[in-house]
Amino acid sequence: MGKLTGFMDYERRDPGYRPVTERVKDFNPVELRNEAKVLKEQAARCMDCGTPFCHGEGCPLENVIPEWNEHVYQGRWKEALDILLSTDNFPEFTGRICPAVCEGSCVLGINKEPVAIRQIELEIIEKGFELGYVQPRPPAKRLDQRVAVIGSGPAGLVVADTLNHMGYGVVVYDAAEKPGGILRYGIPEFKLAKWVIDRRVRLMELEGVVFENQVRVGEDISYHYLKNRFDAICLSGGAREPRDLKVPGRDLKGIHLAMDFLIQQNRRLGRETIDPALDILATGKKVLVIGGGDTGADCVGTSIRQGATEVTQIEILPEPPPARSSATPWPMWPTMLRVSSSHKEGCQRRWSMATKEFTGGNGIVKSVKVIEVEWVTPPGGGRPVMNEKAGTEFMIEADLVLLAMGFSGPGKNKLVDDLGIQTVPGGGIGRDSRNMTNIPGVFVAGDMAHGASLVVRAMKDGRRASEGIDAWLKEHGHP
Amino acid sequence: MKTKVEQFRNGMPVAQGLYDPANEHDSCGVGFLANIDGTPSHRIVSDSIEVLKNLLHRGAVGGDLSTGDGAGVLLQIPDKLFRKEAAGLKITLPKAGEYGVGMLFMPQSDAREVCRQAIESVIREEGLKCFGWREVPTDGSILGEQARKEQPFVMQVFVGGGNLAAGALDRKLYVIRKQCQRRIDERLGPNHRFYIPSFSSRTIVYKGLLMGGQVSGFYKDFNDPEMESAVAVIHQRYSTNTFPSWELSQPFRFLAHNGEINTLRGNINQMKSRENGLASPLFGSDISKLIPVIDPGGSDSACLDNALELLVAGGRSIPHSMMMLIPEAWGTKYPIGPDQKGFFEYHAGLMEPWDGPATVAFTDGAVVGTLLDRNGLRPARYTITKDNFIVMASEAGVLDIPAERVLEKGALRPGQMLLVDLQRKRVIKDKEIKSQMSRRQPYRRWVDENRITIQGLFEAMAPVIPEAETLLQRQRLFGYTREDIQVVLEPMASKAHEAVGSMGADTPLAVFSEKPQLLFSYFKQLFAQITNPPIDPIREELVMSLMTFIGNPSNILTELPQYARLIKLRHPFLSNEDLEQIRSLSLKDFSAGTLTIGFPAGGSGDDLNQSLERLCSRADELVMDGKNLLILSDRGLPEGVSPIPVLLAVAAVNRHLVSRGRRTGVGLIVETGEAREVMHMALLLGYGATALNPYMAFETIADMAIKKELSVEIGSARAMENYVGALCEGLRKIMSKMGISTLRSYRSAQVFEAVGLNQTVVDRLFTGTASRVGGIGLAEIAAEANARYLEAFGPAVDATPILSSGGQYRFRRDGERHLWSPEAIAALQQASRGGDAKRYKEYAKLINDQAEKQFTLRGMFRFKPGVAVPLDKVEPAVEIMKRFVTGAMSFGSISREAHEAMAIAMNRLGGKSNSGEGGEDPERYKPLPNGDSRCSAIKQVASGRFGVTAEYCVNCRELQIKIAQGAKPGEGGQLPGHKVNDEIARVRHSTPGVTLISPPPHHDIYSIEDIKQLIYDLKNINPEARVSVKLVSELGVGTIAAGVVKAHADVVLISGYDGGTGASPLSSIKHAGAPWELGLAETQQTLVLNNLRGQVRLQTDGQIKTGRDVVVAALLGAEEYGFATTALVVLGCVMMRKCHNNTCPVGVATQDPKLRKLFAGRPEYLINFFTFIAEEVREIMAQLGFRTIDEMIGRSDCLEMNSAVTFWKAKGLDFSNILYRPAVTGQVRCVGKQDHELDSALDLQLIPKVKSALATGKPVTLEQPIRNVNRTVGTMIAGLVAKQYGHAGLPEDTITMTFKGSAGQSFGAWCARGMTLILEGESNDYLGKGLSGGKIIVKPFAGAAYDPEINVIAGNVLLYGATCGEVYLNGAVGERFAIRNSGAIAVVEGIGDHGCEYMTGGRVVILGRTGVNFGAGMSGGLAYVYDEARIFDACCNLDMVDLELVISERDKAELRGLLEKHLRYTGSRKAKRILENWDDHLPYFIKVFPMEYRRVLGQMMREDEATERAEVIHG
Repeated sequence: MGKLTGFMDYERRDPGYRPVTERVKDFNPVELRNEAKVLKEQAARCMDCGTPFCHGEGCPLENVIPEWNEHVYQGRWKEALDILLSTDNFPEFTGRICPAVCEGSCVLGINKEPVAIRQIELEIIEKGFELGYVQPRPPAKRLDQRVAVIGSGPAGLVVADTLNHMGYGVVVYDAAEKPGGILRYGIPEFKLAKWVIDRRVRLMELEGVVFENQVRVGEDISYHYLKNRFDAICLSGGAREPRDLKVPGRDLKGIHLAMDFLIQQNRRLGRETIDPALDILATGKKVLVIGGGDTGADCVGTSIRQGATEVTQIEILPEPPPARSSATPWPMWPTMLRVSSSHKEGCQRRWSMATKEFTGGNGIVKSVKVIEVEWVTPPGGGRPVMNEKAGTEFMIEADLVLLAMGFSGPGKNKLVDDLGIQTVPGGGIGRDSRNMTNIPGVFVAGDMAHGASLVVRAMKDGRRASEGIDAWLKEHGHP
Repeated sequence: MKTKVEQFRNGMPVAQGLYDPANEHDSCGVGFLANIDGTPSHRIVSDSIEVLKNLLHRGAVGGDLSTGDGAGVLLQIPDKLFRKEAAGLKITLPKAGEYGVGMLFMPQSDAREVCRQAIESVIREEGLKCFGWREVPTDGSILGEQARKEQPFVMQVFVGGGNLAAGALDRKLYVIRKQCQRRIDERLGPNHRFYIPSFSSRTIVYKGLLMGGQVSGFYKDFNDPEMESAVAVIHQRYSTNTFPSWELSQPFRFLAHNGEINTLRGNINQMKSRENGLASPLFGSDISKLIPVIDPGGSDSACLDNALELLVAGGRSIPHSMMMLIPEAWGTKYPIGPDQKGFFEYHAGLMEPWDGPATVAFTDGAVVGTLLDRNGLRPARYTITKDNFIVMASEAGVLDIPAERVLEKGALRPGQMLLVDLQRKRVIKDKEIKSQMSRRQPYRRWVDENRITIQGLFEAMAPVIPEAETLLQRQRLFGYTREDIQVVLEPMASKAHEAVGSMGADTPLAVFSEKPQLLFSYFKQLFAQITNPPIDPIREELVMSLMTFIGNPSNILTELPQYARLIKLRHPFLSNEDLEQIRSLSLKDFSAGTLTIGFPAGGSGDDLNQSLERLCSRADELVMDGKNLLILSDRGLPEGVSPIPVLLAVAAVNRHLVSRGRRTGVGLIVETGEAREVMHMALLLGYGATALNPYMAFETIADMAIKKELSVEIGSARAMENYVGALCEGLRKIMSKMGISTLRSYRSAQVFEAVGLNQTVVDRLFTGTASRVGGIGLAEIAAEANARYLEAFGPAVDATPILSSGGQYRFRRDGERHLWSPEAIAALQQASRGGDAKRYKEYAKLINDQAEKQFTLRGMFRFKPGVAVPLDKVEPAVEIMKRFVTGAMSFGSISREAHEAMAIAMNRLGGKSNSGEGGEDPERYKPLPNGDSRCSAIKQVASGRFGVTAEYCVNCRELQIKIAQGAKPGEGGQLPGHKVNDEIARVRHSTPGVTLISPPPHHDIYSIEDIKQLIYDLKNINPEARVSVKLVSELGVGTIAAGVVKAHADVVLISGYDGGTGASPLSSIKHAGAPWELGLAETQQTLVLNNLRGQVRLQTDGQIKTGRDVVVAALLGAEEYGFATTALVVLGCVMMRKCHNNTCPVGVATQDPKLRKLFAGRPEYLINFFTFIAEEVREIMAQLGFRTIDEMIGRSDCLEMNSAVTFWKAKGLDFSNILYRPAVTGQVRCVGKQDHELDSALDLQLIPKVKSALATGKPVTLEQPIRNVNRTVGTMIAGLVAKQYGHAGLPEDTITMTFKGSAGQSFGAWCARGMTLILEGESNDYLGKGLSGGKIIVKPFAGAAYDPEINVIAGNVLLYGATCGEVYLNGAVGERFAIRNSGAIAVVEGIGDHGCEYMTGGRVVILGRTGVNFGAGMSGGLAYVYDEARIFDACCNLDMVDLELVISERDKAELRGLLEKHLRYTGSRKAKRILENWDDHLPYFIKVFPMEYRRVLGQMMREDEATERAEVIHG
């Protein structure tokens, strides 16, 4: 291990963010990076646990965190990178946007602040690029089998990258203008700068992955086309079907789905053409974000940057405790109040609020009627039940309402329907232990399979699917 | 139900289930008596019986309480008696010495006639004349029941010697005896017994399955005054099993042996491989009739006797032969002369040592003598009288000899020999014998002129240049993981030590692993426990040697200068250059040939088999071709060829060459990429390799050094040297665990057990190795090799250039599986904290459900459905929990908070917590205000004896003797000084900051009869506490347990190899010992077979995690169940595996006050947990139909193998041996109690006399005669003092007791403050053991004429673990004086080897000679040595101490004060002389000052001064 007493000698130090006044003026990334010396100390805080829960319980990718921590502490960036890349295809993504599930189960976190794992991870990959350790590594031997990956979000990119390194020929199809899926279009620039994606995509191209964008599979090209040209197909279209809010006044103008709002902003920054008539802008508006999750927070930050006059975020669930509670004991991911950088930029958060009705004038939303709720655990135990607290209704003024209440599944997909791929209750695609659907040779990966979740989980599923595809191809050859 | 197997043959159980009679051990009392002038007398004969009677307590009796384990006497031919008897039989005997007598154990049946005829015809064929037969008069009525059943018909046959000279006649009789035995065995078959105790013209053996005193009762000859001999060698046996036999009683034909040969398998193998080469003009063609030299089926002692017989018959004198077989240590650290070194080195090339603890008494009728092994691990005391009589025995005081008659009282030192030449009528001492022997021939010159040395002494290793491009691929080919590099090799390369880890082994057994395993992983190291002691490879390194010869001659019957033509290696590890030098040797007598060890990649088991066969025949060809250096190499194999697992190749070739009789002169050198760990090296050597070149490890280390991946900045040459240093250290450690001192005898000794290999593989390649559950065969071994090959060369191209993770020592998702997975730890903690039964079930399922993924043997079991009973009819949980104990964890290894939480929880539950070996704060003996008790119910007595005071011993319900620990059986421990804080030091009665070392053995347990003594000692100090003995599962543990039960243990604990630890070498955690399922089942079966089970409770522990585990343990025979790691996890342990670093972040295994604050465990969590366990047990019991645990014990028939397991490697497993139940009627669980024989304790007579003093503190004095059979005198009284007055005891001299005579062992053990024991006479071993404040004074017999300062007044291992008190001994004493003393004061006139070993405190004054290795491991206290001869510095182990003059006034005053007391108490003449000329003598005193102690004292003094200054300023 790095330093035996590091966890006692050093406290956690986070690099923090650019000053609020500065950062709200642009869309550039907000988080700062620790300087190398601090980072080394932070790595020294790792205890190299005999049973590393970060790796074994927390990180969905099973990143071998203690080992790269040691290398970082010793200044061996190359070795750290090799270990990191052995489990994580794209640390530059997870290092920026992962909530760091690993840190929730860090053993040091039982009694102290956990190790700053995510920042160390980010530094390793960025050092890797800076120092030229990351170079295109096309496979030594090209196999003659080919795989089509449909959807270029985190799962799709991982499948493409992994299979390509195994030697398979890979083509990635995506309906959007550029590859990246939710990474590019869902997550705001200030959390994940898009040049990071471009850099990775370029690298993959140099390694032999072919990206075919603005192609709608099932519409522009058919399954037969794919089947004739590829030995396996992997569906990785994400789960972007949003949950809507069916309350009176929903049809008023100024009420939008969060993802529409976020995608548009990302496209705008990416200089993609947008019909001005469809602009959703918070500029000069009172914004209400409904939904207290990450997407909601992204809407808050984006609204502020667009120049909203007031931003409010409401959530139907009660305010989580300020720190880990007994309901989510270590090493579980703690349910606790999380304050994102966006929240600190000027936003009012309210909890236990249910939306009753949108009201407005001229077909445009003006205010939202909400009511306080309470969550009561039934006497026999089980899930708490929500009760509205009578007489607590009040109005929130809003001329832009963004609905960020999560996603229900992959939604309609022509290819899925055409092929008769079985879905599971809740909308996900059915699959076996190798991630294969009921159609031989057709696989599924990421949110499309397991529903909307973290980028890191989609990436893990991509790795799982890649192994499944590889194993299947070794056995079968052709679909 | 199994078909009925034969369970007994000739009254002895045959191998069945896990029981194998081959594992039996024995030990005993031994001795000899002689008239030095050679005059035969009946007195010698009758005294020999007297000695046997007085050694009775060193023997044992069986289940019927009257069958002894064996006793006997070896005498000169009683010519007078035989002449008379022969006359009665109408036989005319020629002159004494011209006829031979065969002593014969004949069948009781008609078969006797067959024997008679066969013997007569052999005698005739060999050209001698059979004079006739005598039925030896015996009285079977005095025999015990078992002995009577097996009683042979004893006869003697008289043979005329013709005109053969004495030596030639005995040689002929030897040939005759060998042939008779063979011929009759063939004729009668295995169901009859025929045995020849002796057949000689000079000596005869009377022995049998007797208790000592019964010898003269059974053999009526003893009562005939005409039975005369000038010499008698006697033996009283203590066997572990209760099925010892008439044949295995001792003495054998030449010797009686108290001890154990640890290297037996290797000695037999090597003897076998020499047989083809044996030649001697003395035998001519007769030599072939002697083969096999070693009689099959003999005990270790019998085999040693066979070897001795061959050497003596071959013309060497008996002392010469004994020096070959059991040489003393002669390494560089031993101060012996060059001629003597020359002798030993020359003979080392001929014969490997028969290694192990030993006192051997031997005679050929013309000389009689005795020899002690190099470690001096057995006592040998002798007395010579002025009237030419000598008696030597394991104890002093075995014959009453008036002091006035005594000329000399002595004890043998390690490696020494004592000889009585009956013809020259004198006693010859060690120095004379050895100087004579070493100058018989110019051995030194022979060696100097012929020896070839390969490894340069001072040359550095040349750095290896790694082939970087292919390194990764080749590492993969040999299965390297990142862990191998970072965890295993890095510490060896950086620090020259093997890595240390903590917690236990929770990964699957190799046979259950889904990762390709190296063949090495299917073996477990065996280790010494109880029947012989492990050695301390660090502090007693001087007795060890890794020296190796190549090219040994096989004819050991002659001696020629060219037999010294050998390649000599300091250690068995060859650098690449060494290997090249060997490969290119072009000497007349040495030439090398290389054999590639590979098989077709992807090949099957058959392919592998064929490759092995080709390899063997190729080896044959090379040897026939004159090559005597065979290099087995897996270097540079072409693509398409997979390396044969190197152990397989070595074992195959070695075995092949042995069976062809071609092994002896051939060096088997292994160039291997596969071997890297110490365990790998040990296995290769243990299965026959001569020398090893681990080139891949060298290259890997060089690569690390170049890339600066080592934790220290050193070059690659230095890193490789460190690695070799670590290998040597590790190898010594593995050997020492088994009590083996030299690599030459470790080689081929096969001290391993296989777990998971099938019988075919074992029989063919690892012959003689036990493999008790079957397992994989060549097909699977090939498959695993192929998997490695695919990793290296397979089509899968992985994305990153790194090795796989490993995951053996730390959890990795993609690595080896662990039972303690993150999920399991989280579930258990959440369940026990929240009292969440549902979460517990989730946890239990994670552990119990191994149908898919196997870990443990028990995971493969399934309960057979029974007739269920309602749950409420099952014994309640509160009752079940009383059977639960927590494991021994010392305060010191875990925090006070964790330790006390366990004690409180177990006391609330009625279970038992265990103090561990670090003492206990007396504060904890008082209950807390709320009624809780922090007092550990079990107090452990371990080898370090830290804090084991009288007070400690009386405050418990159980005293546990820790023989071994699962994570590091056979090893000692060390608590480094920086961890010894004030509190720990106080509790352990030591000095803060001073390192505390636990020796590998208990220095009062070197053999099975010793543990009987220690149990007796503990029963004396606390008669109410039960005594338990903790053993670790290994092959043969059942037999050892049987011996322990015969030693009167109340409880036997069988620990699994996988149990936890605060710090152990990684290879020990992984590779030493066996799972508890095996050990427990073997113990249960052995005890049931021996009818011993009813009097002892069995306990088991080792990764017991769930109620299911408890039920399996009960069904296999355990009554009680131990939890340690699990309990820690409940209290917050997260399996950091960093206990050894003191950095536990949850405050469990740390002494750091900051970290201890983080401890969040509570007794309630443990109570929740144990309740869950008990409820799970109840649920299973209900399903199986058991209402009580008692009903369930030993019901292994309720278990079966889970047929649902389909794992490919598990198919060959067979658990029928584990589940076997001996079909005998007898107890299968404890129903009775041990008889501790306390009613005969002398203290019982003394207590009434001291009662008033105990009650009132009013001083009392008394006088009492004492004998050697009065053992542990004063201890019961000490217990009473401690109970009433605690450690503070009574005022000085409150109870003064004067004893006259020879005191038995453990005189004054735990003697408490206020007690003064005065002994006028002498004492045996262990005087002042655990001394707790009392005073012991020993002075010679009144009227003794001999000089006390050179005569031995007390035995070995005095003051062991003493904490305070005073001892004055006016005389010399034996080995290991004041060992592990932590506070007592002692003055003595002279001592043996290893004085003040491991001492941590106190004062010792030695007024005379000290042996070698003084002060080894001495970290505290002071010794003053009067060094008249000025050689003390050569005798002292200077690793940890400085030597100074006595200069300071404080020291002078202290020394003078002690001498004055010594003079006052004992009347020492020497003390008087010194005091009278104080200034002249003072300069001769040397102060032995431990360096660490000096530093700590300085620190304390500075602090005191600072305090004083502060007080002055502020006061």
